[in-house]
Amino acid sequence: MIKQPLLLSKVNVVYAIVVGVMAVLPFVLDSRTMTILLTQFCIFAILAMSYDILLGYTGIISFGHAMFFGIGAYTTAIMLSDYGPSIGIFAVSIVVGIVLSAIISVISGALTLRLKSHFYAMFTLAISGLFLVLAEKWRTVTKGNDGFTFRAPELFRERLYFYFLVLICLVVVFILLKRIVASPFGKVLVAIRENEQRTRSLGYKTLGYKIIASVIAGAVASLAGSLYAISLRFVNTSVMTMDITLDALMMTIIGGVGTLIGPIIGAGVIEFAQHYLSGLAREYPIFERWIIFFGILYILAVIFFPRGIVGTVSLRYHEWKLKKGQKTKASVKLREKEIQR
Amino acid sequence: MEPIIKTSNLSIKFGEHKAVDNINFEMSAKHFKSIIGPNGAGKTTFFNLISGELEPTEGDVFFKGLSLRKKSSVERTRLGIGRSFQITNVFPNLTVLENVRLAVQSKRKVRFHMLNHFLKYKEITNEAIGILEQVLLTDKMHQVANQLSHGEKRKLEIGMLLALDTEILLLDEPTAGMSLEEVPAILDVIRSIKERGDKTILLIEHKMDMIIDLSDSIMVLFNGALLADGTPEEIMNNETVQQAYLGGLAYD
Ligand SMILES: Nc1ncnc2c1ncn2[C@@H]1O[C@H](COP(=O)(O)OP(=O)(O)OP(=O)(O)O)[C@@H](O)[C@H]1O
Ligand SMILES: [Mg+2]
Repeated sequence: MIKQPLLLSKVNVVYAIVVGVMAVLPFVLDSRTMTILLTQFCIFAILAMSYDILLGYTGIISFGHAMFFGIGAYTTAIMLSDYGPSIGIFAVSIVVGIVLSAIISVISGALTLRLKSHFYAMFTLAISGLFLVLAEKWRTVTKGNDGFTFRAPELFRERLYFYFLVLICLVVVFILLKRIVASPFGKVLVAIRENEQRTRSLGYKTLGYKIIASVIAGAVASLAGSLYAISLRFVNTSVMTMDITLDALMMTIIGGVGTLIGPIIGAGVIEFAQHYLSGLAREYPIFERWIIFFGILYILAVIFFPRGIVGTVSLRYHEWKLKKGQKTKASVKLREKEIQR
Repeated sequence: MEPIIKTSNLSIKFGEHKAVDNINFEMSAKHFKSIIGPNGAGKTTFFNLISGELEPTEGDVFFKGLSLRKKSSVERTRLGIGRSFQITNVFPNLTVLENVRLAVQSKRKVRFHMLNHFLKYKEITNEAIGILEQVLLTDKMHQVANQLSHGEKRKLEIGMLLALDTEILLLDEPTAGMSLEEVPAILDVIRSIKERGDKTILLIEHKMDMIIDLSDSIMVLFNGALLADGTPEEIMNNETVQQAYLGGLAYD
């Protein structure tokens, strides 16, 4: 009656096909720009998924997520330029970035996650602002606002190889996070999102769960930052700015909160829209303000697709199934979907 | 015998209003006590003080002699004080089964397991299904809690408490707002817990016939204070109680 999902379920087969397509896409398109764009998409998909662990699963609103992205980016950039552009250093820098992010999330989480959620949101805004200032002022290490370029490991100068690495990271992070959210631990995160007071009353120390969720989210965001730095072979303070957090937030909301596939789709939509809109800007200057279009897109999305793309599509799918007469089972699922915002 | 639960001078003020006023009470293990009192008497607030949802302005609660002053609601649940809520307090967007499973999971101390699929823990699901059978919700198990009728939500609330399997059960008006047909089933559930004989039960209820039938003793709250505490017979014959409460018995 209640079965564990199979490894070879329909959904997993679809995922495998999508990954396969993404792997051959650069060969089909055979364009440097496209490979770079796909790389960016994967990196931001990783970032957006990490954000959704907080927002969609645990119900924590953070305005400071860029901080972890920035920590990863700077750690990798600084270590590669100081210790040389080898794969080994790159790997170590990822680990160092993750550890730093974890430490910072534990400390800030322990200090503030017991606060009411809007205080926490404010606090994250403040502390990430602090890191931004640090990156600006600690010129000996960060070269201030202008940032610095550095040499990426030899292997990754070949854009295609780097794309494969990033794609593998996306797949691994997706599988890992999927495991976590489907675990007993993940179920408690969702319970906290739904009703924290009741979760405590059941005997769960919710603060610990929230801190761990923020450590996981911070660590994954830091990984995304490390990859981002390599993709640009350059880093400056923009990796710490609110724009990064807002990107993650928009991707998550447009794609669909509380799912992992949603943020990935959201990242795809936004990365590609950004690309084409800024392309259009060359012909029609009005598109130079593509950020305004984004604002509008965002507002429309929130009004018309409050569930995000994934939520809306799955709702329509179940409605369609319902029409086809598979009444009982689909109707239960449909109602579930309706309620899950 | 040492009381399993005890309060001393327990009080809480909301502004100038003493919602619970200097209550001293104790209860021995495996006893069934009901709490009655008019609306606003402080019954739910009394529960909130015992379960740690609220902090007393004065006094303390003791569980097996241990002061609970510094214990959060989480720790009190883990010690063995479980409760249900008068105003249904479940996970609205999770299914009925998921709601109960979370309670079973907590009882079984499966807390930070991160890498196994939750359905690998078959015993948790099975136990949750068993609980749903007890509270007659098996056919609703895959429905989202939000969509349940009021009465079904009350059943779910009790199911989650049973799933926690704590030594002490605090039941806050489990049948409040239920339709008349639904009440006997819940009554049966409570009676069968009582008959199993391993739980200490505190029940807040307005339905007098139900209380008299189930309780070993009854305590009466009035304006936050403990007005009387005794066997059902004593309470029914107590004149102050009659004047204060039973006289104006318009509740059901
Ligand atoms: N958190 C709070 N803040 C302020 N006042 C409160 C709070 N909780 C309860 N009260 C007040 O304390 C008094 C006791 O409320 P309580 O809910 O304990 O009554 P009750 O006996 O459970 O009543 P009922 O039978 O209606 O459930 C009421 O006057 C109520 O307004
Ligand atoms: Mg009450």
